[in-house]
Amino acid sequence: MPELTYLQAISDALRGEMRRDQRVFVIGEDVGVYGGAFKVTLGFQEEFGPWRVIDAPLAETAIVGGCTGAALMGMRPVAEMQFSDFVSCAWDQLVTVAAKQHYRAGTPVPIVVRLPSGGGFSGGPFHSQNPESSFAHVPGLKCVCPATPADAKGLLISAIEDPNPVLFFEHKHLYRRIKGDVPEERYTVPIGKARVHREGDDVSVVTWGAMVYTASEAAVALERDGVSVEIIDLRSVVPWDRQTVLESVRKTSKVLVLHEDTHTGGFGAEIAATVAEEAFEDLDAPVRRLAAPDCPVPFSPPLEKAFIPQVEDVERVLRELAEY
Amino acid sequence: MASTVVDVVMPQMGVSVSEGTITRWLKQEGEAVAFDEPLLEISTDKVDTEVPSPGAGVLQRILVQEGETVEVGTRLAVIAAAGAEPSPAPASAPPQAPPEPAAAPERAEPEPAEPGPAPAVPGAGDGRSFVSPVVARIASEHGVDVARVPGTGHGGRVTKKDILAYIESGGAGAPPAPAAAEPAAPPPPGPEAGPAPTAAPAPPPPPAAAPGPRVPPPPAEAAPPPPAPPPPEPPAPAPGEIVEPMTAMRRGIAEHMRRSLDTSAHVTTVFEVDMTKVVAIREKLKPQYQAAYGVNPTYLAFVARATIEAIRNWPWMNAEVRGESIVVKQYVNLGIAVALEGGKGLIVPVIKNAEGYNLLGLARAIADVAERARAKKLVPDDVQGGTFTITNPGGWGAIIGTPIISQPQVAILDVEALVKRPVVIADEAGNDVIAIRPMMNLCLSYDHRLVDGAYAAQFMKELRENLESWDEATY
Repeated sequence: MPELTYLQAISDALRGEMRRDQRVFVIGEDVGVYGGAFKVTLGFQEEFGPWRVIDAPLAETAIVGGCTGAALMGMRPVAEMQFSDFVSCAWDQLVTVAAKQHYRAGTPVPIVVRLPSGGGFSGGPFHSQNPESSFAHVPGLKCVCPATPADAKGLLISAIEDPNPVLFFEHKHLYRRIKGDVPEERYTVPIGKARVHREGDDVSVVTWGAMVYTASEAAVALERDGVSVEIIDLRSVVPWDRQTVLESVRKTSKVLVLHEDTHTGGFGAEIAATVAEEAFEDLDAPVRRLAAPDCPVPFSPPLEKAFIPQVEDVERVLRELAEY
Repeated sequence: MASTVVDVVMPQMGVSVSEGTITRWLKQEGEAVAFDEPLLEISTDKVDTEVPSPGAGVLQRILVQEGETVEVGTRLAVIAAAGAEPSPAPASAPPQAPPEPAAAPERAEPEPAEPGPAPAVPGAGDGRSFVSPVVARIASEHGVDVARVPGTGHGGRVTKKDILAYIESGGAGAPPAPAAAEPAAPPPPGPEAGPAPTAAPAPPPPPAAAPGPRVPPPPAEAAPPPPAPPPPEPPAPAPGEIVEPMTAMRRGIAEHMRRSLDTSAHVTTVFEVDMTKVVAIREKLKPQYQAAYGVNPTYLAFVARATIEAIRNWPWMNAEVRGESIVVKQYVNLGIAVALEGGKGLIVPVIKNAEGYNLLGLARAIADVAERARAKKLVPDDVQGGTFTITNPGGWGAIIGTPIISQPQVAILDVEALVKRPVVIADEAGNDVIAIRPMMNLCLSYDHRLVDGAYAAQFMKELRENLESWDEATY
């Protein structure tokens, strides 16, 4: 089984689907000749031609609007937002048109919007955000946030197959840092099924995306002190796997919900509320949340480090929970 | 010399309790005390309880004497590590300040990599009274008194692991609740084990003594105490005896009944009531009420209605002795004693502002609280604030009773069985004749501290007249 980076896994999955299914095409800013800002579609235009690898103008509204129309005509478009931050320009097409089309007219809108997300490289307020919570609040959109190369491939294929609009949040910090075994053959990972990243008995961490690795490092540190941490990688926030989360909470009775997005109204609030509602009698400590503070992502490296939850922050909260 | 001292503080015994009274010190200054050993008894307006010692060592100084009432959080005593001199400090000196950080830096945050250091737990015992949802559930399922479980969580809180370890170690001293009892049948044949019993005890947790930073050692630096000192064992059951722990409800009843007898001067008076008119009216109303409202106008509802009417003229029946004062309530919150199935307890839900109900409303309200009491759907507010209580053992045929008053009320009315008896009445010509009449005894226990015999008798006389001359227009 080859070892691929997270980025290579996404690229492979996309290329494979384009070879397999003539309806699949990609569109985005600089995805063609340049191969994409992060080179996910490098070589795609040579292989598939300019009609299936379309360089779009700097107009996210046009990109997503075009995809929605194409999907209604039977295509399987995969749009790339150069940075997930720019998706705000496509809000109207996604929220008003794509998300509601099926409910309004009964027609599916099988589009995928790839969103390179997340910070950790001094990208500042316009190139570092994690906007999944905003879209999780919109009925009709699925929100996928893979953490591993194997999941990135399997979930992207599921997203392309899915008849609904799917937002595919790829974490930029994982692109080249994270490698993993990825099966060569085609496979899917079901959207809405969480993954137990690490088994433990004392405290549960519910998280997704790059924070899976932050939690993992903290868990290793706590293990040395005899605290056993379970990590649930949600893999998607819409739909999200309540059952796996609640099973873990019932086992450990203590839970930290961790995300890189900002705190207030973040998707962690939804998880914390659900745990409180459905597992109240299994709780041995308050449900804790750890997230970025409610402000834009700073440029300055020390400030950004203070902004994004770090391993030490997770360790601290986990210790508080363990000692509660 | 930085000997560790532990403060004993007045615990929070309930959300609405703000102070408590020391009723008894179980240890005297200079006596050794073990962690979790009963140290003193306190009393609040809701509950009387023992306070376990939050540390091991010697009871160095008692700061609050028996009989004194202090606010929650007040320091009651100081426990010093074993070997310390009893009360060496001059009486005026403030109790020992926290040890000087001579060499060690201020431990603001626990050092992550260093196993074992005990985060100083100020005023250990603060957390003991908080019971987390999962601990409450496990305690209820296994019939465990959380107060007996040694706590290792923040401030001595009992964690899920603590209570599981306690049950595992047999500390519960009781079989799990019936729901959890799994018949000792052999496992079903086949490769798979049977489904796990839903209420089966959780997998054994690590022993409480397992090394790990999560278990802060007791805050005294005495010789290492046993990790989980078991509570004093009751004598083993003799052959033919079955021992089961008291439920919280049973303990509550036991405490309340005893306290009531210790508080009020109980006197019981009995009146015979001729229920002929009530029986006739009930026979007439019953089909009407049931057809129109689905409500049964029970005899209890008639008696309750007549009682509330009588209270109007005898307000001290609906009062309270509060310290040196008499507090008369201008509303009637009527408690109705409801027995739970199988003799498993008694609960007294309260019908608030019962003076505002007519017979129909009262019958409906009684049916509602009784139903919710048996279905365990009452909320705490439903059982609080009663001003007068009615109990109804007549349903089982009782004819005389001496009920115990529900504190802080001053009276409780016992409604006895309706029985046909030969009684002497006067006929139209004024001659004595023997007639068969539906008779009912009403027994009133009252607090003679407030209510005199004549007052109680006049109240009962009016109650009897209300029933014997039932006025449909009024009620």
